[in-house]
Amino acid sequence: MTNPGAATWSFDEEDLAALTRTVDRFLADTGAHSALIADRSGQLVATMGRPLAFDPTVFATLTAADFSANDQLARLIGETDFTTLFHQGEKESMYVADVARRLILVTLFDNSTPIGLVRLKMKPVVEELTAHLDRAFTRARELGATQPNLLAGAGDEIDELFNW
Amino acid sequence: MSMINYAAREINCKIVYYGPGLGGKTTNLEHIYGKVKPDTRGKLISLATETERTLFFDFLPVDLGTIRGFNTRFHLYTVPGQVYYNASRKLILKNVDGVVFVADSQVERMEANLESMQNLYDNLAEYGYDVTRIPFVIQYNKRDLPNAAPIADLQAALNPGWEPADVSRARVTPDPYHAGENLVEQLSSGEWVEKAPYFEGVAITGDGVFDTLKAVSKLVLKALA
Repeated sequence: MTNPGAATWSFDEEDLAALTRTVDRFLADTGAHSALIADRSGQLVATMGRPLAFDPTVFATLTAADFSANDQLARLIGETDFTTLFHQGEKESMYVADVARRLILVTLFDNSTPIGLVRLKMKPVVEELTAHLDRAFTRARELGATQPNLLAGAGDEIDELFNW
Repeated sequence: MSMINYAAREINCKIVYYGPGLGGKTTNLEHIYGKVKPDTRGKLISLATETERTLFFDFLPVDLGTIRGFNTRFHLYTVPGQVYYNASRKLILKNVDGVVFVADSQVERMEANLESMQNLYDNLAEYGYDVTRIPFVIQYNKRDLPNAAPIADLQAALNPGWEPADVSRARVTPDPYHAGENLVEQLSSGEWVEKAPYFEGVAITGDGVFDTLKAVSKLVLKALA
């Protein structure tokens, strides 16, 4: 069955390692304590830095929804989108950035990290993450042409999975 | 848009429960939340008004087992059914992998069902998706109510069928969930029609809830295979 709805995408250990290296360096440069990467449909890709004290799956979903809602607000005021969002709290704040309209990078930091520094360092980080993504997609396209997909021929296994 | 995470060995898929207001979409999710083992689901998040009407969405992540060493993780969303929340509904449909339409079986809700179904078609079309070509299941909810319309009437109104993608390869396909009925069949006029699988439900007691979830999840995974 073909699905002319949304496409599938994937990434492997190498992609994750590249994303993690970039974000870890960004955290070290800014002093922000944690980061989270989700895709634009709200699916969690990875967390970096200090372990999060909350459910990252839920956080990823709400962040994507927040971003999508803000995109629509942007359009209403005549902008195409907002590429970054900043939510400031009393002690904890978050800075959210779009990466190539496919991923969202959320940076969490406390009062000891100046927002200006996060903002300043964010731009090159987003560019680097975009380059990682481009590489991942190019490779996936090339592989996709030669390799069957993960679930090819798994019809019986899928039937079995729902046999409860 | 399903995402295969080879690093975490997970397949992530997004399923949206759509339908008219007060039709039972949130109740479906609440039942699933209450019945699946806590270690296979996350929190149920509701962005609702003070009167518990869905404002933006409800969200529940559930793991439905392992396939080829990959954990299958389904993200279940509901949309706000009330007509004036269309902007929110449209956002939630973005990158959807499968849709469940929860219809309210009550006779007096027929118009609301039709309006919501049309709205689903329109909103998906704006993203370039076609509901007849993506995993799609209908649940006729509230079957326990005395004013529930007959299934035949609901099917005729909400699931009349569409032309299969490739008519030249169409063949009669029995409905695995209803003996004696077909999902793909040829009419006496010679025309082929394909229908969405449907289920009868009483979401408040859980009847039909897991059958619906299983059917749509299976279609989503088969679409990847």
